[in-house]
Amino acid sequence: MLVLQAIIDGILVGGFYALMAGGLTLVFGVMEIVNFAQGIMVVLGAYLSYALFSHLSIDPFLSLVITMPGMFLIGVAVYWSMIKPIKQDRVIMSLLVMFAVGTIAEGILDLVFTSNLVQISTPYVNNSFTIGSLIFPDIYVYAFLMSVVLLAGVYYLLYRTRFGRSLRASMQNPTAARLVGINTDWVSAYTLGIGVAMAAAGGMVFGLTNSFDAASSYDLISRLLAIVIFGGFGSLSGALIASVLMLVIQDVVAVVWSPTWGQTTFYVILILILLVRPQGLLGRKAVRAQ
Amino acid sequence: MLALAAAACGSSPSSSGTSHGPITIGVSVSLSGDFSGDGLATKQGYETWAAYQNAHGGILGRKIQIDFLSDGSSPTQVVTNYQKLITVNHVNFVMGPYSTLLTKPSSVIANRYGYVMIEGIGGGPSVFQQGLHNVFDVSASAKYQLITFAKWLVATHKPEDVAYASMTDPFLQPMLDGARAYLSAHGFTSVVYKLYPLETTDYTPIASAIAASKAPVVVLGTMPPDGYAFIQDFIQDKYNPKVLIEASGPDQGTAFVKAVGANNTGGIMVPNTWYPGSTFYQNSAMVALYLKMFGGTANDISADVAEAFSAGQVLTQAVDHLKSTSNSALEHYLHSNVTFQTVQGPVKFLPDGENEAATPFVFQWQKGTLVDVLPAGAGHPVPILAVKPVWGAGG
Repeated sequence: MLVLQAIIDGILVGGFYALMAGGLTLVFGVMEIVNFAQGIMVVLGAYLSYALFSHLSIDPFLSLVITMPGMFLIGVAVYWSMIKPIKQDRVIMSLLVMFAVGTIAEGILDLVFTSNLVQISTPYVNNSFTIGSLIFPDIYVYAFLMSVVLLAGVYYLLYRTRFGRSLRASMQNPTAARLVGINTDWVSAYTLGIGVAMAAAGGMVFGLTNSFDAASSYDLISRLLAIVIFGGFGSLSGALIASVLMLVIQDVVAVVWSPTWGQTTFYVILILILLVRPQGLLGRKAVRAQ
Repeated sequence: MLALAAAACGSSPSSSGTSHGPITIGVSVSLSGDFSGDGLATKQGYETWAAYQNAHGGILGRKIQIDFLSDGSSPTQVVTNYQKLITVNHVNFVMGPYSTLLTKPSSVIANRYGYVMIEGIGGGPSVFQQGLHNVFDVSASAKYQLITFAKWLVATHKPEDVAYASMTDPFLQPMLDGARAYLSAHGFTSVVYKLYPLETTDYTPIASAIAASKAPVVVLGTMPPDGYAFIQDFIQDKYNPKVLIEASGPDQGTAFVKAVGANNTGGIMVPNTWYPGSTFYQNSAMVALYLKMFGGTANDISADVAEAFSAGQVLTQAVDHLKSTSNSALEHYLHSNVTFQTVQGPVKFLPDGENEAATPFVFQWQKGTLVDVLPAGAGHPVPILAVKPVWGAGG
């Protein structure tokens, strides 16, 4: 029963990790940029929801109506001000730029919020319900459902809209996309905006389930990168599957053996899979074929 | 080679007691990374000590000036920092950083250049097992931090099941193991023993394993983030242990209350080497000055502040006695069974640098306040709640 509980916990928690990793993989898919700032963007999202809840008593889930558009604009602004001006070695230079963005954001967050840990403490965060002897914490169920809705929304945007076609065209062949009249700069800017907006949603849940400070971003980014590599760079569905698998593996190993070996086991499996499928579970080739 | 040359050219520990310039102290602090919260508190503790001492004549009549370098919580950077402080900045003394993880490599560097390292926040066994004679911890060492709690449990409860979980940290794990060894020797059964790495962000499987054991006693070697998360998970699991103690987290004042909810704090215990209302040497002055310098309330002051302040107090008393800034004389004096007075109580060093005079306290949340409950008979402890109230029942 403990193993079954661990599997359920892993699936529920994996859902919102997919949301955080989804933004990272989307940005890579379109722009071939590894957004090292995604971890701090998650933390920024958590802080924004925290501030709105603490000062204006706005429910964290409701706060997404404000924070997601706000962080979308931040993503767009980062693209136009820092990524677009790069004229050569764009892939490599953008790595450094996003690292710098993350470092600057961390400094600002430390200055504004100090380095004291905070947590978004709503009345429902401690609630749970049981089915049989299995426990379902309300917050993780809400977060999982929200993640499914948001990821489905992004999926719809990618595969059922004109913008999505432009975006996928930019992923497949930027030069050809420009030749047929697609403004790839705006597509890239919007993509970074969407990726950062997804971090806002993931950050809100992270802030509800963990106490955090700006330094929390380091542990996050390493996990998110592992998820994206496992799922395949550029694949949203890969990110979802990898997130759930990672959390389930870690949680099951934690209860039957030791939490210390949970992460190690996951990374061993990750390496073994990469030996067989270097592009990850659903790497870019598979995505382009969709 | 360059470092050795630099040392030979003038970075050897100063022994001048007659200079009129400031006495310089080098400290590496963690202002970013995993220890940033505690690192800032450590820095504030040193700053409070320097401000207090400077307002009272400094050391040997000279002002204290602290050179801080930030290490980003990195064991590599902390080594670089202490090398720079000693060989480039030529500070008179160095004092310890935050955590056992950083104190261990730092003390090796200090030893290499003949510097004493007085510290208050690096009490893991690995620090004292290096065979160094230059490191002195003014706080209770890790393995004894939970001993007051363990003795109380043995004295007041018949043997029961105990669930243990700890971060794999060189301070927290020995702390947990110290309590586990004592309790096991007295018939308490260890039904869960889980160790988890620092990078862990999802504690639900560990909490579920503990909840499934239904152990009436839970002992956790936590830092604040996991300390808060475990309580949240236990509440979600509807699991109410009779006794719950966490190494760190409940000592974080209002941050703890905000994180877990005021109605859930009752009965939770935390060991500590200091509390704001302590009547030990210069404590009230330290608290007042800290609040003047950094604001907040007394309950918001981290024990890290007191631990850093205590390190400064020992340095002050020793150097004032020696009337010299010689590190070799200081090391010899600190090893001479002298008892020093600090805001954490008396300090007397064992040959390996541990403080043999330390008596860890145990604090418990009762009616929204963290109160001193153990050891009974020391100071003015409040009667302990032997059984933790259920979640949501207040304290």
